[in-house]
Amino acid sequence: MTRRVVVTGLGALTPIGKNVSETWTNALAGKSGIVKLTESWADGLAAQIAGLITIDPLSVLDRVSARRMDRSTQLGVIAVKEAWSDAGSPDIDKKRLGVFFGTGIGGLSTVLEQYDILNTRGPDRVNPMTVPMIMPNSAAAMVGLEVGAQAGVHSPVSACATSAEAIAGGLEMIRNNRADIVVAGGTEACVNRLAIAAFASMRALSTRNDEPEKASRPYDLDRDGFVMGEGAGALILEEEEHALKRGAKIYGVVVGSGMSSDGYHIAAPEPEGAGASRAIKSALIDSNAKASDVIHINAHATSTPVGDIAEFKAMKSALGNALENVIVTATKSMTGHLLGGAGAVESVFTIMGLKEGLIPPTINLNNQDPEIQVKVAKNEPFKIDGNGKIALNNSFGFGGHNVCIAFSKN
Amino acid sequence: MTDEQIVSELAVILNEVAGVDQSKVSADKSFLDDLEVDSLSMVEVVMAAEDKFGVKIPDEEVKNLRTVGDAVAFIKKSA
Repeated sequence: MTRRVVVTGLGALTPIGKNVSETWTNALAGKSGIVKLTESWADGLAAQIAGLITIDPLSVLDRVSARRMDRSTQLGVIAVKEAWSDAGSPDIDKKRLGVFFGTGIGGLSTVLEQYDILNTRGPDRVNPMTVPMIMPNSAAAMVGLEVGAQAGVHSPVSACATSAEAIAGGLEMIRNNRADIVVAGGTEACVNRLAIAAFASMRALSTRNDEPEKASRPYDLDRDGFVMGEGAGALILEEEEHALKRGAKIYGVVVGSGMSSDGYHIAAPEPEGAGASRAIKSALIDSNAKASDVIHINAHATSTPVGDIAEFKAMKSALGNALENVIVTATKSMTGHLLGGAGAVESVFTIMGLKEGLIPPTINLNNQDPEIQVKVAKNEPFKIDGNGKIALNNSFGFGGHNVCIAFSKN
Repeated sequence: MTDEQIVSELAVILNEVAGVDQSKVSADKSFLDDLEVDSLSMVEVVMAAEDKFGVKIPDEEVKNLRTVGDAVAFIKKSA
């Protein structure tokens, strides 16, 4: 029999909250976390807005460990500390504890900082911790050290699908009996001059600089690109019997996952959403669910003109007419796009939505694009009854990575 | 600079880089065994000490600096 996987702890550090509770409250209130970048380093950038976390990582981490981490890893470790403690800091044989944690961009800020030191002060001044700070598995490895995981530490890297892929990987790790608990999630912190210039150069970013809070507007006719955000999300995935035996609180069930790749283009989504549709269908099959079981989708919906439409086509082709009864939301309208942290944070929203029976709103939705015919939790939270239903979280990444995670309430 | 002043400056560096309690830093303490400064942190300590004291501590010399006192002696000799 397949080992069932439940969620026993949540962590989130986002532009709208320093933890899950604050993030959830602000999400229900429709609060935007997008601000104007006023520092001089942002001068001349096409996009001068971003979603920034509102705490100093040093208020949570000790100074010495923090100086050995890139900011992206710092945020990830903070989210994991919250999730781990929320799960009751489980007493587990560490050889049965795994990590699946990723990042889309990783230690770019550290690269830039050390490259500056290299050029201004010379090769012998480059920090000896640079390599462990910039390697793509850095966040996963530090999270592994944080909880003492010995079953395996894995770091999927699939751009903006990264942390959804991490949840899918964690699910499989427990199903395959390699672990009883997996810390899954992802992080990003690359709000810096190069990353913004580079994404802007692709014409991927909103340039609504004079109205930061209105810039991220998935599904709206006036959307003009995504808004970059920093943040991290973490989920404690646990084999159900293991969780029940220790009397853990259970948020919900990870019932299945689906993954595919477009095989189409390095950055653009396949315009008909064929790859994404296959990921959604696979998630349903893996969950033993029908299209009509789906009550809610936390969409990838980044607020780019083409991406939002391709995802609608994917949802439509995967669910058919059953899509009419699904409440869709795009929480990036509030948080901005957390890249490697997006899938995990949005899974937190999806799980909380099922548990609380409330879907957080998609804000800034004044004129819904007529090409996107879905029922959206438009500007207000939407009440649902999640009993016996499933909710999906879509995440897609540059490179054509498509991931869909399915959750149920019990 | 007196020996005590150098020890106290090194204590600040050791605290900043490796979180060593400044009050534990004295000439007789071993970086690795007593203060638990690993080899990567030692590289950082050396870099910071070079900046602080305006000296150059070559890699082949670092392995001879077992205790804080060894470092003080080297810094005095080189300054």
